[in-house]
Amino acid sequence: MNWITNYVRPKIRALVAPREDIPDNLWDKCTSCGHMIFHRELEELLRVCPNCGHHMRIGPERRMEVLFDDGAYEKIELPQALADPLKFRDRERYSERLKKARTKTGQQDAIRVGHGHIGSQPAVVAAFDFSFMGGSMGLAVGEGLVTAAREAARRRAALIAVPASGGARMQEGILSLMQMPRSVIAVQMVRDEGLPYIVLLTDPTTGGVSASFAMLGDVQIAEPGAVIGFAGARVIEETIRETLPPGFQRAEYLLEHGMIDMVVPRSELRETMGRLLGHLMNSPAVRGTAAQPVAAATPAEPSKVDIAAEESDQSEAATAGNKEAGKKDKEAERASDG
Amino acid sequence: MKHYLEFEKPVAELENKIEELRHLSGDDELNIADEVGRMQAKAERQLKTLYAKLTPWQKCLVARHPERPHVKDYIESLVEDFMPLAGDRLYGEDKAIVGGFGRFNGRTVVVMGQEKGSDTNSRVAHNFGMARPEGYRKAQRLMQLAQRFGVPLLTLVDTAGAYPGVGAEERGQAEAIARCMDISLQLDVPLVSVIVGEGGSGGAIALATTDEVLMLEHAIYSVISPEGCASILWRSSEQAQEAAEALKLTAQDLKALAVIDAIVPEPLGGAHRGREETIAAVGEAVEAALQRLEGQDAVSLRRNRRQKYLDMGQKGLS
Repeated sequence: MNWITNYVRPKIRALVAPREDIPDNLWDKCTSCGHMIFHRELEELLRVCPNCGHHMRIGPERRMEVLFDDGAYEKIELPQALADPLKFRDRERYSERLKKARTKTGQQDAIRVGHGHIGSQPAVVAAFDFSFMGGSMGLAVGEGLVTAAREAARRRAALIAVPASGGARMQEGILSLMQMPRSVIAVQMVRDEGLPYIVLLTDPTTGGVSASFAMLGDVQIAEPGAVIGFAGARVIEETIRETLPPGFQRAEYLLEHGMIDMVVPRSELRETMGRLLGHLMNSPAVRGTAAQPVAAATPAEPSKVDIAAEESDQSEAATAGNKEAGKKDKEAERASDG
Repeated sequence: MKHYLEFEKPVAELENKIEELRHLSGDDELNIADEVGRMQAKAERQLKTLYAKLTPWQKCLVARHPERPHVKDYIESLVEDFMPLAGDRLYGEDKAIVGGFGRFNGRTVVVMGQEKGSDTNSRVAHNFGMARPEGYRKAQRLMQLAQRFGVPLLTLVDTAGAYPGVGAEERGQAEAIARCMDISLQLDVPLVSVIVGEGGSGGAIALATTDEVLMLEHAIYSVISPEGCASILWRSSEQAQEAAEALKLTAQDLKALAVIDAIVPEPLGGAHRGREETIAAVGEAVEAALQRLEGQDAVSLRRNRRQKYLDMGQKGLS
């Protein structure tokens, strides 16, 4: 007995005290079936349970390794967004919560952007970090998506968004809601350039994130079992006072209801994405030989001006930690020209 | 029976007394008239003080007041020869969103918004103003019609949010909302929206991605309801008042954050105490907004609209 066991509530204690049953780093427990998996094996399996096939959440860095050819990519630095614009405070100051999340993850916010090749095709990936405040979308995430779109346009690359998010970041109030139209503009910037925009929906994609850029992909792919939906299951249950149908809001359920194109296991994502980009990046729209692409409402013109104007100030901030990018570019050129 | 809000109690007592006095018939009518006059002046003073410093939570209550003018009231008074249109051509007709063609101050417009209903029957028929995907897809149709005929689009926002239900999810609530913004951002015509009551999260922004967003003085506009926010962040919906403060959901805060373009003043004691006055004020504000936009060509409209949303969040509260 010490002061921790005496005075600290069990929930907090569980966080503070070391877990006795699982030795750290050696074994992992499947978050779905409880199966014990040797840590190294689990990493080799891309954190998919060999017993039940459950796709456990992975962070954005690992996500990029999984998606990009040879796991190689160049990290794109993101501009700093205004922090805590509302001076929000609930039981705790938002500025404190942010600081903690930053310390915990060593990252500025819930999104990372990288550039590389998938199936030898140039691609920019914008991946969410669920461990950073539930992957919630505030100013910084919106800024990340806009930056990713500008980079995709500048580099003539496909944009692949990989949401893993509970929705808008409440602590940024209305400004987080405004990231919804803002993220849609990011999608339009890519579209205006004739470039492909693919969404890879991962667990979870809900709320304001699902109701904006995440549902507007030219092609919508989801990981098996991912929860994808607008309203939270609990809210729906409370509203209709009925139990929800089995598999509700899971990737497979959305596929059945015509909301996504395919459900692809993690181990096949790179190959599938590569094949898809092979089709799209060699299309007349991307090569600039197409007749004016048909937009949903109207052909767009103004964006080109925007992007050209942005190019100059974005390009300097954009390069860091280059990993064979130049070589890949040439390879890609060969692949697409030949 | 008039509906009084909790914080309006002192006014309610006074007004009830005034009613009683009025029903008193007697010899000294002059004295009664004097008394009534005095009490009315007092009630007005109280209303003025109360409404001059409404807390964000009190504004939520005012914004949700059942006697506040709703979307149909605005359309009826402001839009001539209104022709409602129905259906999304895909699945159904969602009465939570009403809209169609009409004439606003002489020009043809497309007008639409979430209708909450005014009695039990109409509230149920309009699903309390909470639209399903069909509603948002009907909205998309109407947006496209405005585009096709080159007429301005006016949206009136009054919703607690998009409807959370099994069918709504199955038919793509998220996609329907996302597509509304996607289309709005591509239109060549002037877009004006007015938050007239509740601007509830994604259900509101779907209709409010516009060139100018106006907002009534005591309306609210938020990423989540204060109750919802409190139950997540405070783990108890009883902290809704605190959440309302923290969320900065009032017209005054949103103006400071440059999220809305103008505040439309409400009459003394809120829109529910002066419905016609409120509707007229909204009409004038919309006219002014349209006049600001109508001179612009399609390319600048779209570019400015895009730039406006790209700039969101450059400015915080000090």
